[in-house]
Amino acid sequence: MEDFRYEKDADGIVTITMDMQGQGANTMNARFEPGMRDVCDKLEAEEGLTGVVFASAKSTFFAGGDLHDILATKVVDESTFAFIEANKATYRRLEKLPVPVVAAINGAALGGGYELCLACNRRIVVDDPKAVTGLPEVTLGLLPGAGGVVRLTAKLGLETALPLLLEGKQVPPQKALKIGMVDDIVATRDELVPAAKAWIKANPEDAVQPWDRKGFRYPGGDAVHPRIRQTAMGASAMLYQKTRGLLPAPEKILDVAVNSMRMTFDAALRMETRRFIGLMATKESKAAISTFFFGMNAIKSGKVRPEGDRWKATSAAVLGAGMMGSGIAYAHAKRGLKTMLKDTEMANAEKGKGYSEKLCDKAIGRGRMDEDAKNALLSQIEPVTENAAPGSVDIVIEAVFEDIDLKDKVIADTWPMLSEDGIYGSNTSTLPISILAESCPEPERFIGLHFFSPVDKMKVVEIIMGEKTSADTLRKAYDYVQQIGYMPIVVNDSRGFFTSRVFGTFMDEGCQLLVDGLAPSAIERAAWLAGMPVGPLQVFDEVSLILGQKVRKTHKALDERLGVDSQFGHHNTATVEVTDPMIEMGRGGRQYGGGFYDYDAEGTRRLWDGLAQFARGNAEIPMEDAIDRILYRQAIETLRCLDEGVLNTEVEANLGGIFAIGFPHHTGGAIQFIRGEGVETFAARARELAEKYGERFAVPDEMYDRLRDTAAVAA
Amino acid sequence: MAETAYIYDAIRTPRSKGKGDGTLHEVKPIHLVTTLLDEMRTRHDLDTARVDDVMLGCVSPVMEQGAVLPKIALQKAGWDESVPGAQVNRFCASGLDTFNTAAAKVASGWEDLVCAGGFESMSRVPMGADGGPFAEDPETALDTGFVPQGIGADLIATIEGWSRDDVDAFALESQKRAAHARDNGWFDRSVIPVRDENGIVILEKDDFIKPDTDMQKLGALRASFEQPGAMGFDAVALAKYPMVERINHVHTPGNSSGIVDGASLTMVGSEQAGKDLGLEPRGRVVSIALTSTEPTIMLTGPGPASKKALAKAGLTIDDIDLVEINEAFASVALRLQRDLDVPDEKLNVVGGAIAMGHPLGATGGCLVSTMLDELERRKLKRALICMCVGGGMGIASIIERL
Repeated sequence: MEDFRYEKDADGIVTITMDMQGQGANTMNARFEPGMRDVCDKLEAEEGLTGVVFASAKSTFFAGGDLHDILATKVVDESTFAFIEANKATYRRLEKLPVPVVAAINGAALGGGYELCLACNRRIVVDDPKAVTGLPEVTLGLLPGAGGVVRLTAKLGLETALPLLLEGKQVPPQKALKIGMVDDIVATRDELVPAAKAWIKANPEDAVQPWDRKGFRYPGGDAVHPRIRQTAMGASAMLYQKTRGLLPAPEKILDVAVNSMRMTFDAALRMETRRFIGLMATKESKAAISTFFFGMNAIKSGKVRPEGDRWKATSAAVLGAGMMGSGIAYAHAKRGLKTMLKDTEMANAEKGKGYSEKLCDKAIGRGRMDEDAKNALLSQIEPVTENAAPGSVDIVIEAVFEDIDLKDKVIADTWPMLSEDGIYGSNTSTLPISILAESCPEPERFIGLHFFSPVDKMKVVEIIMGEKTSADTLRKAYDYVQQIGYMPIVVNDSRGFFTSRVFGTFMDEGCQLLVDGLAPSAIERAAWLAGMPVGPLQVFDEVSLILGQKVRKTHKALDERLGVDSQFGHHNTATVEVTDPMIEMGRGGRQYGGGFYDYDAEGTRRLWDGLAQFARGNAEIPMEDAIDRILYRQAIETLRCLDEGVLNTEVEANLGGIFAIGFPHHTGGAIQFIRGEGVETFAARARELAEKYGERFAVPDEMYDRLRDTAAVAA
Repeated sequence: MAETAYIYDAIRTPRSKGKGDGTLHEVKPIHLVTTLLDEMRTRHDLDTARVDDVMLGCVSPVMEQGAVLPKIALQKAGWDESVPGAQVNRFCASGLDTFNTAAAKVASGWEDLVCAGGFESMSRVPMGADGGPFAEDPETALDTGFVPQGIGADLIATIEGWSRDDVDAFALESQKRAAHARDNGWFDRSVIPVRDENGIVILEKDDFIKPDTDMQKLGALRASFEQPGAMGFDAVALAKYPMVERINHVHTPGNSSGIVDGASLTMVGSEQAGKDLGLEPRGRVVSIALTSTEPTIMLTGPGPASKKALAKAGLTIDDIDLVEINEAFASVALRLQRDLDVPDEKLNVVGGAIAMGHPLGATGGCLVSTMLDELERRKLKRALICMCVGGGMGIASIIERL
């Protein structure tokens, strides 16, 4: 079997069927270029050639570049340049053939695969939702380096191409046709090659790409068109507002797209290669590939899940119809998991269901849902005040107030509902699972399921293992979380678990900076520049200062009750120094009328001018330090969690931090951030911060050993 | 200095709205220039063969303003063929930069008589028509933190705590002063009417000034940079100014320099050149300065440039009788006033670009003629002229009446 099957029919049309051996998908690996070069040699020499069809023997058309190869790239030089140029040269030769070339797109054609399609004269796609086309390179910290930026810009015009290139969207067939990413659609796979051949026969002269024709004009305007110039001018700032200068890939894509219009096509392709290889070795690209491709796949495929059959919950009960309970019920209903939403008062339970109705109405308003889907979703939620029949519920999740006595009572009271096979989850964000588990007859079946607010948007669940939680229960919990479309992050029981601990350090570092005298707006800006979705002071207001204080008190009470010193949040000294007096001044947070910010009737926030009273320092903190303090604080706490065994894997540390608490996306997660900086560089900087700003940045050197010993691994 | 650089004259065209409905829109850019070349020659019965160079500023030197228009204008105006010409671009400072360079050339003794000034028909060649990597090359724009100047102007106002009313009040005063000066004929010596080929006057006096405006009308205008700011430019600027929580967008077309058409021309020469040609010097150039400051806020250069010029001349601000800061935006003028501690009655005494407009490449020359006229009319000695400039640059000139 060959990688590229070459078949010529009686009409002189050659069909190249890509079937790269020993792999499930066609990729642009080391064998690709020689193979394609042979194909081009043969095609150019072919007597009586009338057309070419590119097809795939795999379930997908072509998957693009080989990410293992890219991840392994540490340095780029002339040979990298030559390698990429050689790959691209085959595409250029293809589109220079004197006969029409058609891509018969039978499945996903992404990245290098779609770039092959762009080098064809026509693209025909099968009407299958899996047959997506697109250039998702940007999501991996790369740019489409096989002519994708240059050709898509020339094909669709700058304004249409930019969002596709900058967002890396994977576009389903009908939409791709509408945009112009493909030219024709057929109903079935079997019709693809015949349709391609029919088109070749009907359009024998259509062998020249628009950009190779004399007098070519870019759709939507050339480089000097006032609108295009306006776009070029505004696009940089619009991009910056989104990426904060933290992501080189979209910047390079924008630069290549705009500038490609200002030079010849071949020169533009070379420029694209230069920018592409420049991105290959960046830490941002490594982070994106490691975390968002390999890491995400590891979690999806259950690499950190205990072995065993897939489990599926068929019934659920959520206890407590507050914000969290209502959100969990919605998440269940959305995935068709029948759920009883229980509260002490029927009115509350109904109100909890009403939350789902509101979310549905919002979706309908945006044209993302219809009435039928809404009714179907709502029919999954049953508001109740009584327990279900004993042994009838597969998963029970308590989401009542964070009060240990209340939880004890509720757990004991509702345990009998559980089906023989069922598991019991607690949505506590604070209380140790092992302690709560004492309230139930079978602690092996009790597990923490920490959802985040707002539940419908935060698609991650921190699964907390109690001391006695069984592997079997973890497996079921893992499956349940995936069943409702959330990302499972497994951690071991510890005060604050993983996410709350790290999040606490973020908010505390905001307070530390305030105490040190940095202007409050500069604190929020530093977090913005670091890549945090929301500044520490704003987020403290949202969480509420009062809740923070409550959590601290809860841990103190627990310590007293257990006769231990858990040292929970003992580094978070500035939180105490700043927020306790603020609470006394009546500034408990946004829901209490104001905290770090004042809020007017429309909800516009302005930093409270009284914050200056907490400044003890000299305000001479360089922004660079402020940014690092915000990042290092969280990275160090994450490393501690890994070291203490609260976290099991790097990939969960990385993805959990990003999805649950907004650790900056561009870093690829907190541990990947340390790797990206370089372990020794990070360690040196942490020492520097510790000397300058305090013990909380001090890390015992051996804590880094696990990172020194291993390369980043997916799981 | 080997020679004293004498100012023998400074003239300008009237300024008019730089849009399709402006009075000068029908006039070619080259005609604005030849109008002044003709006047300079006839007014002084000038032997043009004695002119060593003619340098004119233009910020968008493309299309009908392109291809070294000054040299072509000299030919068209029938100046001696030995006179060279150059087009110079230092953004908004172009006109003043040619004047300063003329002074430097004369002072060095290497040239004896140089004409300087500028031209800009903003109605025919719009601002930004020349493109450039500054804004239009994404890599450059992202690396350097490009924002439109107005964002910088609003940022200055925010940092300094100037409200919309503060900047509008400044704008209103500019209108009042300019209207008063024009209506009393204070500009008549220097403003040269633009005529058609039949000698019919197209525009005799500045017609951009809005004497009837008031705080209410000014207050009704929409902030120009609110939308681009929200689109992303505020974020770019705030990354460099983290102590600012948000930018207060206060600048409008009413308190920013007007987009107008116009030209200016000055003549700087040595004592000997003047004697040979029978020219009476009106003033002399005391010192000149160029500098550059933080480029994202972009408009804080005038203060440092002025201080540099003062230091070079061994003077302090108290030795200066009149200060002219180009009113690119109200906050730029207010900032310069604060930086140098200039009393109101010395600053922009006959209004400025908010009222009369800012024909980019020409403005520096316009300011020289305004100041010369005012020093003479008020029988004062020294004036400081300064401007903010793209890229964070600042320029200043100190002149002295003779």
